Amino acid sequence: MSEPTYHDLPLLKPPVWTWEIPLYFFIGGAAGAAAVIGFAARVNGAKPSLVRDARWMAAIGATASAPLLISDLGRPERFLNMLRVFKPQSAMSVGVWTLAGFGACATGAVIAPRPLRDVAAAGSALLGLVMSTYTGVLLGVTAIPAWNAHAATLPAHFAASALASATSLLQLRDHDEPALHALATLAAAFEMWTGFQLERRQKPSNVMRTAGVLSGPLPLALRLLGVKSKRARRVAAAITIAGSLVTRFAWVEAGKTSAAQAMRS
Amino acid sequence: MQSESRVTGFFTDSTLCIGCKACEVACKEWNGVPDDGFRWSGVSYDNTLSLGHSTWRHVKFVERQPEIGRGGNAPQGITWEFSSDVCKHCENAGCLESCPTGSIIRTEFGSVYVQPDICNGCGYCVVSCPFGVIDRRPDDGRAFKCTMCYDRQKVGETPACAKACPTQSILFGDLDELERAADRRIAQLHSAGMTDATIWNPKESSVGGTHAFFLVRGDPRAYNLPANPEMPTKYLKPAWTSAAAAAAVLVVGSLLAFAVGGRR
Repeated sequence: MSEPTYHDLPLLKPPVWTWEIPLYFFIGGAAGAAAVIGFAARVNGAKPSLVRDARWMAAIGATASAPLLISDLGRPERFLNMLRVFKPQSAMSVGVWTLAGFGACATGAVIAPRPLRDVAAAGSALLGLVMSTYTGVLLGVTAIPAWNAHAATLPAHFAASALASATSLLQLRDHDEPALHALATLAAAFEMWTGFQLERRQKPSNVMRTAGVLSGPLPLALRLLGVKSKRARRVAAAITIAGSLVTRFAWVEAGKTSAAQAMRS
Repeated sequence: MQSESRVTGFFTDSTLCIGCKACEVACKEWNGVPDDGFRWSGVSYDNTLSLGHSTWRHVKFVERQPEIGRGGNAPQGITWEFSSDVCKHCENAGCLESCPTGSIIRTEFGSVYVQPDICNGCGYCVVSCPFGVIDRRPDDGRAFKCTMCYDRQKVGETPACAKACPTQSILFGDLDELERAADRRIAQLHSAGMTDATIWNPKESSVGGTHAFFLVRGDPRAYNLPANPEMPTKYLKPAWTSAAAAAAVLVVGSLLAFAVGGRR
């Protein structure tokens, strides 16, 4: 006889988050990674136009993030209540404060008086590291089985996705530094490995598989061709951006499916 | 009655529940909870199905095959057991820890309370509750759950559900006193031959015990009471470790990449 259940009804409540949240995961992650890239490029004396574009990407991403998060609230007019307290044990509290600081620094890095810009950019890079990783913590530290089962991998998975999307966006802005190509290749390789791990643990949904193919093997193959071909690099960049976006939607969907199925032992 | 700083709780004894749903009604009446849809679920006599934003007490109708020592309604060939479910008011509460606004607090009675004037409906508590209790009310936008009648307790009154229960299946009182009452009740039931009666209170789990606990028969999972509920914060360490490692690779990798290949 199978395990007893209460009329096969699920125990858990599904996430109430709508499309704004996975879209924010994508935009916030890419903005955070762009700030890190901009910082690394500046430190190493890369082309000023690349540094400027990376900083603008961080600033625009941070600015777009806030309205997405606010509009998903049940009571958007109360968004400032997020800044009543700081709770390190709540990934959302950490994230809100990080976004607030990141937004200030990333914006400062493009509009502040010139001598202050590098300082602001350094701040945005530091907080950008949190921006591109904490959303994995946010999902991992929950009661949803499909999320908490991957608590130790989601942050790195999302960070790789963020790095891949930021480098790809810069490449589509016609920046063709080998550094960008190398970072994107590294991220695609990591995403391919993550995809294999997911396949081994349980059968992923079709959306998750699509996200995996668009983030891992497909861009990786094109990146390897892309060592010689600029066209292959650009196609890989476009596919990677789509893959990064679908990845975040797939994970939020996986949480909803998981909650509906969860009858815990 | 002295009402300050007592740790109170609910002890719900399913063997006394007659499934009348007076607790559900009293809760809605007192707390002004809106209806949760007038739908026939087709699931036994249970038309509310689960706790939620507008169901703070929920009477379960557990149906099982009759066994020797556990009779039932012979014509239907099933046994019927009823149990009034409620927010567990966890010792370590996932919703409380996750709440980014500080809306969810621990009261002086040890209960877990959502301050409705603070909650902004972020929805993080919904995925942080290991029992699927708290939920966001769509037309209101805020998250709701049982308050353990915080307002009534403030003036020394019993919560509405316990007050309305006609069989004393729902007992309210000091938590340690209730735990002793539960032990006495179990001993009594066992000596009377009801050997499958057990207490569900996950003290050994990361939840660390609950302030609303239950006496049920047989496997608690038949009542949708999980054997090993988990406090989500146990995943904080692996998750932030992964984040830190990824951040280190991100910054070192970027610096190296541009040091070597920063020019076209």
